[in-house]
Amino acid sequence: MPNAPLLELENLSTHYVSAQGTRVVRAVDDVSLRIHAGETLGIVGESGSGKSTLALTIMRVLPPAARIVSGKMMFEGEDLLQKSDEEMQKVRGRRMAMILQDPMASLNPLFTIGNQVAEPIRVHEGAPRAAAWSRARELLRSVRIPSPETRVKQYPHEMSGGMRQRIVGAIGISCEPRLLIADEPTTSLDLTIQAQYLNLLRDLQRAHGLALIFITHNLGIVAKMCDQLAVMYAGRVVEQGPVSRIFSAPAHPYTKALLGSIPRMTDNREHLTAIEGQPPDLSSLPPGCAFAPRCPMAFARCRVEAPPEVAIDEGRTARCWLAVPGVEAEATAMRSNVA
Amino acid sequence: MSTSAEILTLPSRPPRFAFIRGLRLSGFPLIPTVILVGIAFVAVFANQLAPHNPEIGSLAARFKPPFWETGGSMKYLLGTDQLGRDVLSRLIFGARVSMVVGITAVLFAGVVGTTLGIISGYLGGWVDQLIMRLTDTWLALPALTFAIFLAAIVGPSMWNIVIILGITYWTRYARVIRGEVLSLKEREFVRLAIVAGCSKWTIMRRHILPNVINSAVVLGTLMLGVVIITEATLSFLGIGVPPPQPAWGLMLSDGKQSLMVGRWWLTIFPGCAIMLMVLSANILGDWLRVKLDPQLRQL
Repeated sequence: MPNAPLLELENLSTHYVSAQGTRVVRAVDDVSLRIHAGETLGIVGESGSGKSTLALTIMRVLPPAARIVSGKMMFEGEDLLQKSDEEMQKVRGRRMAMILQDPMASLNPLFTIGNQVAEPIRVHEGAPRAAAWSRARELLRSVRIPSPETRVKQYPHEMSGGMRQRIVGAIGISCEPRLLIADEPTTSLDLTIQAQYLNLLRDLQRAHGLALIFITHNLGIVAKMCDQLAVMYAGRVVEQGPVSRIFSAPAHPYTKALLGSIPRMTDNREHLTAIEGQPPDLSSLPPGCAFAPRCPMAFARCRVEAPPEVAIDEGRTARCWLAVPGVEAEATAMRSNVA
Repeated sequence: MSTSAEILTLPSRPPRFAFIRGLRLSGFPLIPTVILVGIAFVAVFANQLAPHNPEIGSLAARFKPPFWETGGSMKYLLGTDQLGRDVLSRLIFGARVSMVVGITAVLFAGVVGTTLGIISGYLGGWVDQLIMRLTDTWLALPALTFAIFLAAIVGPSMWNIVIILGITYWTRYARVIRGEVLSLKEREFVRLAIVAGCSKWTIMRRHILPNVINSAVVLGTLMLGVVIITEATLSFLGIGVPPPQPAWGLMLSDGKQSLMVGRWWLTIFPGCAIMLMVLSANILGDWLRVKLDPQLRQL
């Protein structure tokens, strides 16, 4: 299979279960995604839509309350869910790595930079100290840290925020993983540093042929960085496909609303567009489509029956009744009846 | 048990300018440090410093008072006891016993307590439950009574005392360290280590342990006083360091019958020695606690 995806998620569900087992939060619900080597997949959604839980699920580093209840995660031809914890440890940091939400706090204040960049190399490859350190210097150079020879001997508090961020990036790619997951890596940075960092990530991706999963709520970054896009709402992927096609013709009303809420310089309107209403409580989802209560296009069927994931064209799916052939007419009819 | 209560209460935050001053050495408890270093020095060079054999006296020279009292002589500077042994020499060798027992017991308790605290805090779940319930049970036992109970089982010897004190006091470390680990393990650098594929043991050893060493050292200094007092108490009760070894607690015990007849030097000197050592350790520990408090340092 020459064109097999690097990572393929099939009907993956992760739920948080309360201690008494009475409340179940469906943080990730029936998610199917695929990403090929060298591709960038953007995952967007509001806070609490399950993006981060999805990332933690892929790495299998979920908090104890979370359970992966069903699905498959095929990574380089192996199902990660079948692996033992020890086997996963060998995958993490080596074949797939992750950059955390707050890279500023991701470095241990007690160790030198060199020590921390060299750590995964030593853990995974058992490289001797000297070799690991010279690799660490190389890595720091590759993330454009000036004078890495002196920097490896310094401590995190001697670095600026942008530098620490790049160091965390260097740790991420230290064992040359096939897949890098970046969970909102730029939220704590100011805009100029953000742009620098994004360029760096893209260069690293190209240089190493990495697959990159980029989790964000910033659609501007998605437009700039990503090839593929998955939009999450209430734990489900409501729409996915190539970024350009989703941006030009969003199929799901939620995607439309998200794109509509980006402020534009050309807007003359006084107020910002927001999506009305609140995201639903993930422990008591409505029976139909989770977005129905906030959806301007919703009709009767949306409130009783959850829409299936339908293919709308090549490599593109949406979870919306309106995308199901033949339902459009029904909806129009319903609407005219109401009117 | 006022000392233990003191350990468990959080340090009150000194005013902001105190932090600036704290960066330099001002406020450094010089006198307690000199006393502790002095005792340590005496303990190490006891053989050279002591004018007489601490365990063998001459009965002819029983109950000599210190040299400045009538009947005292320069031969026995601080007098002699009921067996004619030189009090000064016994004090000097007693320092060795106190230091050795104090430091090794603190280390022993510290290693056991810190290890269990880290495991308990980091692994969580049933391991945490098990260790913490054990700690709770342990802390519910009165420490001294428990130590006496253990001493009665294993019998008196200096190394037994070390083990008894370690077994009695590891819980203090376990509690404090576990608390620190609970907050440490939520820090981003621990998460990064997890996603970088480090095993639990690697994380505990490389990322958690170095971050709790400060607290363990502070706690250890504060525990030193407690441990020395307990050792003296056990020796006083006759279940600690066995005679004729010169331990300060033993000297107190030996001298107590003579106190009423005016032979004050047999109890006052070892009493003062214990007090000075414990007070110095406590003051130094308090200073270290403020100095090394990560809340105040905020890396």
